[in-house]
Amino acid sequence: MPSNVSAPATGERRHRRSLAGHIERVLPRLVVAPSLGVALFFVYGYMLWTFLLSLTNSRMLPQYDFVGFAQYARLFANERWHVAATNLVVFGGLFIVSCLVIGLLLAVFLDQRIRQEGALRTVYLYPMALSLIVTGVVWRWLLNPGLGIQAMVRGWGFEDFTFNWLVDSDMAIYTLVIAAVWQASGFVMALFLAGLRSIDDSLFQAAALDGASLPRIYTRIVLPSLRPVVFSAVMILAHIAIKSFDLVMALTGGGPGYATDLPATFMYAHTFTRGQIGLGSASAIMMLCGVLAILVPYLYSELRGQRHG
Amino acid sequence: MKTIHALAAGALLAAAVGQANAAEIEVLHWWTSGGEAKAANLLKEKLEAKGHTWKDFAVAGGAGDSAMTVLKSRAISGNPPAVAQIKGPLIKEWGDMGFLGNIDKAAEADGWDDFLPEEIAAADKVDGHYAAVPVNIHRINWIWANPEVLEDSGVDHVPQTWDEFFDAADKIREAGYIPLAHGGQPWQDATVFEVVMMGIGGGDFYRKAFVDLDPEALTSDTMIKALKTFKKLRGTMDDNIAGRDWNIATSMVINGKAAMQIMGDWAKGEFTAAGMTPGEDYECVAPPMTESMFSYNTDSLAMFDVDDEGKQQAQLDLASIVLSKDFQVQFNQAKGSIPVRLDVSLDDFDACAKASREAFDVAMDEDALVPSLAHGMAVSDSQQGAVFDVITNFFNDPDMKAETASERLVSAVRAAE
Amino acid sequence: MANMVRRHTTSARLWRAGLYTLLIVAALVYLLPLVVMLLTSLKPLDDIRAGGLLSLPSTISFEAWSKAWSSACTGMRCDGMSGYFLNSIAIVVPAVAISSFVGALNGYVLTKWRFRGANLCFALLLFGCFVPFQVVLMPMARTLGWLGLASSTSGLVLVHVVYGIAFTTLFFRNYYVSIPDEMIAAAKLDGAGFWRIFWRILLPVSGPIITVTVIWQFTQIWNDFLFGVSFAGFDSQPVTVALNNMVNTSTGVKEYNVDMAAAMIAALPTLVVYVLAGKYFVRGLTAGSVKG
Repeated sequence: MPSNVSAPATGERRHRRSLAGHIERVLPRLVVAPSLGVALFFVYGYMLWTFLLSLTNSRMLPQYDFVGFAQYARLFANERWHVAATNLVVFGGLFIVSCLVIGLLLAVFLDQRIRQEGALRTVYLYPMALSLIVTGVVWRWLLNPGLGIQAMVRGWGFEDFTFNWLVDSDMAIYTLVIAAVWQASGFVMALFLAGLRSIDDSLFQAAALDGASLPRIYTRIVLPSLRPVVFSAVMILAHIAIKSFDLVMALTGGGPGYATDLPATFMYAHTFTRGQIGLGSASAIMMLCGVLAILVPYLYSELRGQRHG
Repeated sequence: MKTIHALAAGALLAAAVGQANAAEIEVLHWWTSGGEAKAANLLKEKLEAKGHTWKDFAVAGGAGDSAMTVLKSRAISGNPPAVAQIKGPLIKEWGDMGFLGNIDKAAEADGWDDFLPEEIAAADKVDGHYAAVPVNIHRINWIWANPEVLEDSGVDHVPQTWDEFFDAADKIREAGYIPLAHGGQPWQDATVFEVVMMGIGGGDFYRKAFVDLDPEALTSDTMIKALKTFKKLRGTMDDNIAGRDWNIATSMVINGKAAMQIMGDWAKGEFTAAGMTPGEDYECVAPPMTESMFSYNTDSLAMFDVDDEGKQQAQLDLASIVLSKDFQVQFNQAKGSIPVRLDVSLDDFDACAKASREAFDVAMDEDALVPSLAHGMAVSDSQQGAVFDVITNFFNDPDMKAETASERLVSAVRAAE
Repeated sequence: MANMVRRHTTSARLWRAGLYTLLIVAALVYLLPLVVMLLTSLKPLDDIRAGGLLSLPSTISFEAWSKAWSSACTGMRCDGMSGYFLNSIAIVVPAVAISSFVGALNGYVLTKWRFRGANLCFALLLFGCFVPFQVVLMPMARTLGWLGLASSTSGLVLVHVVYGIAFTTLFFRNYYVSIPDEMIAAAKLDGAGFWRIFWRILLPVSGPIITVTVIWQFTQIWNDFLFGVSFAGFDSQPVTVALNNMVNTSTGVKEYNVDMAAAMIAALPTLVVYVLAGKYFVRGLTAGSVKG
């Protein structure tokens, strides 16, 4: 294909060039077309199919007895679904905010000409490399009052120390936040660090010459210029939060009771282990609606911003 | 040269056998832990001795939950394995959808109806034809007790009634031990509850409530009493039960932190691994009022419908190996369960297995043999899930009343239909 | 930057001491789970049964590691994790290569050859990032059956490529946005075409973002369990499935030291990648992808 662009013989030059020009015009679209086709089929086609299934009475395997929106009615009458949906809001919100705060703080601190910065960075970053199937088990041990942190601190002589969130229905959801923040905050730190490094040093020097204090420089100059990083980070964190599945399965199994159920685990349980594909599909569609509610405003602001700049 | 000839002849012979009726069959199962895997390996060896090839597809997790997900995904892709481990009412569901084959030939040749317990054989049939072969029988209603802890607490025997149990629990607590070791996972909660409920209500009531899911039984006074007793058990456990694996709870009994645990007979494996002998270092006793009852959990291998004649033959061969006497003995000794064949002698088994068989015989006579709901033997998986949700939530919510829970059971079960 | 406050006052010294303390404490917290895993994998089983997660092992033994690698049971095969590594590599290498390449091309087109609807196209692709994998499990099974790719390595590669493209496109697009359009315009004036500009101008400066993308994709695909367990054949199951089979036995005896050793072994490739390439990772992010 590169031959299309090599210089042609003199006589046919004009003709060949227009042909090449034509191909050149279509080529970009041709290159993206397969990916788009794949997305249309494997993402949107599947969504449509899932939506169809949510209108059926499918049980163990897909079947097509349509029952209208009955599954949605059942879904909203299901107490466990409400727990799962509320949990996602609590978990997702806390997870994203904590990751941003911790990631930003670590990045700012690491940016102070720290010795052994590389080693520290790797330490903060490594949890991202591990699968939660693995680390979930360890977190379960650590957070178990009888085995882990509580037992350890009590062993040091602080007999009254209590850290029993894992076994407390009202607090267990926060243990999911702890493990998830542990895993993803290093990545956010890397994003912010990268953002800090790409800020022009002259901005700092100018501000410093004006006598601005360090905290002031950060809040007034650095943070605003990190806005795009925040957007990227929120995007990646939101997708992690919505897809959180392994985390729940490995850490709490949804318990105590179903206090730590999330929509992803609800959907999986009903579709696959409970033979209620219709209900599971309805919950999947509700999840996707939630994704759209987050993604559309984000994309709108992002892409509109580009048109202006 | 000689060896080469011999090898070549052997290869030819094998090839000839292979052409006759041998095939490769893929087997989906969740026997992955050391003991189970070794036991199941016997099956593989015996199958391969008949010239077939066993293609192993193991998926552990969630007592078969993950394996079922994989099985569904394989079935939807039009590529199900030839053999899959399926349990209880699910066998019928797969059969009704036309996925399963027919292994009556093996059943007739070996006379399965003569030595299989009727109730268990029925679960492996679809429209009156065998579509699956049962492998073992686990008993769910067991208390595993540490005699030293009991003695140290001044409790001279494992309690026989719930009143006795709670009295004993007070003493054990005073002596500084945890009366009942437990892991707070939905299936474990349900296991304990069904054991409590079957003792209080008896076999007929259990079947009405947990097999037929009869609303009247679910809201009856007996049910409320069972729920209240179950909730009271929460007080005999420690605070850290949430999410604990069953075997961690077992190890609490083993190392003398806790006195007792209610769990199926696979718990034996943990005691054995710790070098303990039943009857001496630990005791297995039926939980209160369930002495002559038997709540069973049976593993079955279901045969999927295959066109290939070789594969069909391999399925038949596999089925008859599973029910052969020596395999039944070896496999069940390793797994902690008892043979599904009633005509197999248990002489080489441990005391708990012998007691299990006795209880099984008594329960059959007294109509007190019941399928375990907690282990997927009694109702469809959607209903099982609905029951789990209510039970586990009731158990973990200090404010929920037994009456509320029993009403929720009815509505949840109805919603899952 | 931030070098303007290097006055040697006591308060500055205190500030730096505090800074280091904070960073080191944070590092210890991050390391804790890994330490627990490592300690457990080196303990004999009796130590673990006796309790005390964080206690030091009474004797250090690598037995669990060798068992996990070569003799633990993952089903009826009792030859450990070793055999599954090749399966994982056979899935990861082509899937990472293809999805990264396609992502690079998409990013290139969507930034340097913008056509009408390019933004919409990007938005449509991006949504793929957010689809929970549990949702697509069933339709994907049906599709793989149709394509004749059920239970095969190529089927798994396809699945990972399909759901990886959204991310790779996002990474490359954000990176290429920051490359000045003037460079492309100049090349076009010189008569360079679509492919030549890609190969000669963009790819040579794409090192950092390729690193980021490859690390991301490698981690995602290596750690995948759900697709691996659902769509692999008996002879192509990845490491995570073997690990799950080892760790998640339902009614068998648990050997936590072997479990943890197996977990460490399964995680080693990704850990090594992060430790070795972590530096380039941050550099790659610095180089441009932070722009949006």
